[in-house]
Amino acid sequence: MTAEKTRVLVVDDEEIVRESLGGWLAQDGLQVESAPDGPAAVERMKGEGKWSILLVDLKMPGMDGIQVLEEARRLQPDAAVVIMTAYATVDTAVAAIKRGAYDYLVKPFDPEELSLLIQKIVSQQQLVHENAVLRKALRREYDFHDVVSKSPAMRQVFELARVAAPSGSTVLILGESGTGKEVLARAIHEESPRKEAPFVAVSCAALSESLLESELFGHERGAFTGATARRKGKFEAAHGGTLFLDEIGDVSPKLQVDLLRVLEERKVQRVGGNEPVDVDVRIVAATNRDLRQAVAAGKFREDLFYRLNVISIQLPPLRDRKEDVPLLVERFLELLAVELGKPLTGVSAEALAALMAHAWPGNVRELRNVLERGAVVAQGSVVQLEDLGLKPTAPAAPGGKAVPPSLDEVERRHVIEVLSYTGGNVTQAARILRIDRVTLYNKMRRYQLRD
Amino acid sequence: MEAIGLWWIGEREESPGTMEHVRLHVARALALPALVLEGPERPTGTLDPRRQQHSSARILEWLLRARPEGRVLGVTDVDLFIPVLTFVFGEAQLGGRAAVVSTARLAEGAPRDPRVRVERLAKEAVHELGHALGLTHCPDIVCAMSRSASVRDVDRKAGVLCRDCRSRLRDSTSGAEGA
Repeated sequence: MTAEKTRVLVVDDEEIVRESLGGWLAQDGLQVESAPDGPAAVERMKGEGKWSILLVDLKMPGMDGIQVLEEARRLQPDAAVVIMTAYATVDTAVAAIKRGAYDYLVKPFDPEELSLLIQKIVSQQQLVHENAVLRKALRREYDFHDVVSKSPAMRQVFELARVAAPSGSTVLILGESGTGKEVLARAIHEESPRKEAPFVAVSCAALSESLLESELFGHERGAFTGATARRKGKFEAAHGGTLFLDEIGDVSPKLQVDLLRVLEERKVQRVGGNEPVDVDVRIVAATNRDLRQAVAAGKFREDLFYRLNVISIQLPPLRDRKEDVPLLVERFLELLAVELGKPLTGVSAEALAALMAHAWPGNVRELRNVLERGAVVAQGSVVQLEDLGLKPTAPAAPGGKAVPPSLDEVERRHVIEVLSYTGGNVTQAARILRIDRVTLYNKMRRYQLRD
Repeated sequence: MEAIGLWWIGEREESPGTMEHVRLHVARALALPALVLEGPERPTGTLDPRRQQHSSARILEWLLRARPEGRVLGVTDVDLFIPVLTFVFGEAQLGGRAAVVSTARLAEGAPRDPRVRVERLAKEAVHELGHALGLTHCPDIVCAMSRSASVRDVDRKAGVLCRDCRSRLRDSTSGAEGA
């Protein structure tokens, strides 16, 4: 049997049914709870973790079984929903199967039928669970420390980083903001023989020239007003380890000279000091600027550029590695679940389609922020499209009125809508759209709606 | 520990020797003393007029009233049901005092030898009393505590507890005495 008890929710307006069915299932070692009506059931689905099986009466006053089923598909997509019905309403129950119910049972049930159905669901869910465990193990293949990807471009990045890491050479990471330059820098550090020593990160754009200078090189007591004590700089702090210089493209000409000297001599001189201090530091620098262009424009020293550009790694923007969106979503939700203490299991099909379709100008960082918002707002264990608060990609015209979308945009949105309606089933979606499957696949590729 | 009371509460006369056979079987399988109760009272108000079957829950309630103390297993020949199921072989309060078991559905397949029916009854008696003693269903299909949803399931069972259920039962009965 499973270590974790299978959780069953019995939804029926008749107390006697809830009690007798609950008792019967509890004897099988299942953890049974019940709800007397649809709204109560929805509350339970929103609140507390995962349900494995929902036994839902079809005819209930107010919210009926089909409505509960629809909410369950949204809130607990992994739960098997079994519709309970009387003979008179078997047709409706059959229709419920088409809407995603697992099966239906006609009241009163034959004990053997109920028993077999529950056994079948439990063993299928065990298989699904085992698959998920295996998939997770396989996913480690897609990991390079905290960087997750299966896109070919990123695989190249991993390969290069793996080779570069142990060498101690200076690495220059290029990429738009939010592509994970610092995460990659940390991974390189972790993969290097320096991993036991500190990893120190400095953002060169955040500080004024003089502050950055004392931040990097440290200062002696009395070196300047306010320097009441001697302070070590980041170079010394990173001794034996890795110093990550973010936004290196923003460093002033004077500091460029200082940096170049430190890189060449492997010694730093504290501000206001005379004694050079030996430092053994591996430099990983990063920028979202085009450094070659900056060199050509005379804004960045050519000699420093070549000193930094020993091994350069280009991180692709998220829009060029859309196939990683589901992987990243899964990873971030795992982390957010722990961080927020919420039992998050995934995002709805609709939400995933929208995440895949988004352009991600802010890259992985933007994706993480969107998911964090969604995770905080989500009411159940599944993050819904509306939780994400994604802005539509169509630009707004002055005056606040949205510009009507292009024909392509309308088509893209409609394809997403139909696919989410069919739960991602392409054959069904093609039938609804009255186009053939290949055409739909082509459209999905065009709008980047699939791996 | 107080003996488990076994009580024939059927509509017809008990076939001779049935209760004694059940008693021997239960006492051996559960390793607890059991005795056959003699009492002329019979449950009333348990028949559902629409289904023409008896509510096992109401029989349990009746048993609790009729026997204010000690564990009791009612043995009957009326057809039992719970509202969501077409029938049940028996029912028990999980970890409670009362259990009931019926012969009504145990004749399926019309065994010529009446002993087959008595044998099935003894197994289901052990099963329901196991629930009353706090045991849930067992995944071992030959253990008396495995779920029987049909007589095929009943026939497959050995009528005794598997090792795991035996040790669980020992823990719970010794724990109850210690408490």
